[in-house]
Amino acid sequence: MSAVAVRPAQRKAGPALPVLVLTAFILAAWYAACLPMNADLPLMANVKGFQERYLAAWALERPVLPAPHQIVVELWNSTVNTRLFRETADGIVLNPRNLVFHAWVTLSATLLGFAIGATLGIALAIGIVHDRTLSRSLMPWVIVSQTIPILAIAPIIIVALGSVGFTGLVPKAIISAYLCFFPVTIGMVKGLTSPDAMQLDLMRTYNGSKLQTFLKLRWPAATPFLFASLKVAVTISLVGAIVGELPTGAQAGLGARLLSGSYYGQTIQIWSALLFAAILASLLIGLVALAERLTLRSLGARA
Amino acid sequence: MTASRQTGWQAFLQIVTLAALAGFLLFRLADPAPVTEPAFYWLLVAAAWLAAWEFNHTLSSGRSPLSGQARWLAPLLFGLTLLVLWEAVCKGAAIPTVLLPAPSLIAGRMAGAAPTLWADFVQTVIRAAIPGWAIGCLAGFFVALVCDRFDFIRRGLMPIGNFVSALPIIGIAPILVMWFGFDWQSKAAVVVVMTFFPMLVNTVAGLAAAGRLERDLMRSYGAPWFGTLLRLRLPAAMPFIFNALKINATLAMIGAIVAEFFGTPVVGMGFRISTEVGRMALDMVWATIAVAGLAGSAFYGLLVLAERRITFWHPSVRSR
Repeated sequence: MSAVAVRPAQRKAGPALPVLVLTAFILAAWYAACLPMNADLPLMANVKGFQERYLAAWALERPVLPAPHQIVVELWNSTVNTRLFRETADGIVLNPRNLVFHAWVTLSATLLGFAIGATLGIALAIGIVHDRTLSRSLMPWVIVSQTIPILAIAPIIIVALGSVGFTGLVPKAIISAYLCFFPVTIGMVKGLTSPDAMQLDLMRTYNGSKLQTFLKLRWPAATPFLFASLKVAVTISLVGAIVGELPTGAQAGLGARLLSGSYYGQTIQIWSALLFAAILASLLIGLVALAERLTLRSLGARA
Repeated sequence: MTASRQTGWQAFLQIVTLAALAGFLLFRLADPAPVTEPAFYWLLVAAAWLAAWEFNHTLSSGRSPLSGQARWLAPLLFGLTLLVLWEAVCKGAAIPTVLLPAPSLIAGRMAGAAPTLWADFVQTVIRAAIPGWAIGCLAGFFVALVCDRFDFIRRGLMPIGNFVSALPIIGIAPILVMWFGFDWQSKAAVVVVMTFFPMLVNTVAGLAAAGRLERDLMRSYGAPWFGTLLRLRLPAAMPFIFNALKINATLAMIGAIVAEFFGTPVVGMGFRISTEVGRMALDMVWATIAVAGLAGSAFYGLLVLAERRITFWHPSVRSR
């Protein structure tokens, strides 16, 4: 796991060694834990000898705790070693046996939900910053809306939208959007109000209109805040898409893989779906970070 | 905008208008007869809504004699307006219960199914969410202290912690359900894992928050590591720690409920939601969600109160 790559701007060359040492330590502890965790399985009953028992514990088909290399191998087998496409009557489609198919199902809901949620979050923030009534009466409810365990609403949204004919992508995207608008709203309210009184006064002495003040001062000032909250939002959006796949039953998507894995005791499948979700999350954050660096550079920020 | 302050008479008139329209609408809503005069009905709804909005607007802009209370009155009014509008739209448009039950229906269901809801609440919140939250936060806190004492561990663990807290941790729920069984232990375990990393990351950030001057002062007093920690750095870290406690309160509720989607005994909020959705008993689902929302908000509110007591010196609290 390349943990350093997530936030390249904050970390200098220094922490590579501590991170490597701790990652190695965690992996070693994991391998060591495989035997005690799996010792009670029937397959392990007849294996004698310390070394043999460990080797057997690392090669079980349905272990309680799989060894890390088993997860990586399963991930490799279900992505690279499985046919990516499949011919059907409708033409060539992604093969549902391939994990990439499930990742794509989840990713498309994530991205759509992220787009809706970010747009909604920005719009709400603009409203809250410019209208006192909204800021007084809506802001507390925005905060309260987050103390409600929103993921619990997921089944309702799926069923309610399903009854009016929306199935598949849209309900999941709406769950993602509901989850990820919040950090964007909070961050953007902070960002849009970040110009201080002097800068706002300057705009006033230029006789700048509200729109001009917004476009030339507030929006650029809010850009760093925007990207910081987008990074949070994109991962929450992924969580929303995964959880949104649970109540529909195990059909397609990473959440469905988790659910079917837990039905059939396929632990390695669960872990590899998790690992794939982790990779997806870091890729999404990386993309937002890249967009952030390009945008801030074009705005003339010092890197 | 140079609108002047309302006189007492104008304010009185506005309140009477709002009360009359709202009362009329509520009276119409309480009547079980279906809507037969749609034009009049929607006009009434729109008028009541406009009156509420206008009242809120004068309240928030500081022109009303009641503006001193706007901090809690405005959001309360906004929430009530939403609730009434929800009820009015459900009735007026005859929205099927499957899509969106009216608030009155949900409230009725909450009163009717109170024992079941209470049992679910005990199973999910008291047994799983709160113990898991406490264990996860304490563990994160102590690991943060270890990180603080040994810089090598901090430099290694922080990037990993940042990475892990960006992951969809909820995905480990099926694994933990396999390890700890179907009952509340596995849900508490999910909550522990979910709450650990936010606490770790925030506490470490908080322990770095004390100023250099203050730290130098402590050193010149010859204070040991623990003394500095207790007298200076933990108090300075409190805003960060409370931030994590609040984030974790919501995460704990989500974790405990979603983990139940992967298998439970026949009690618990997540179980209730997933089974009642299957039976299309959407009012029961909404009732459970309402309980979860109330519990989550109360949990959060208690933490905010504690935060104001303990970090009374912080600018964000003093400015209130």
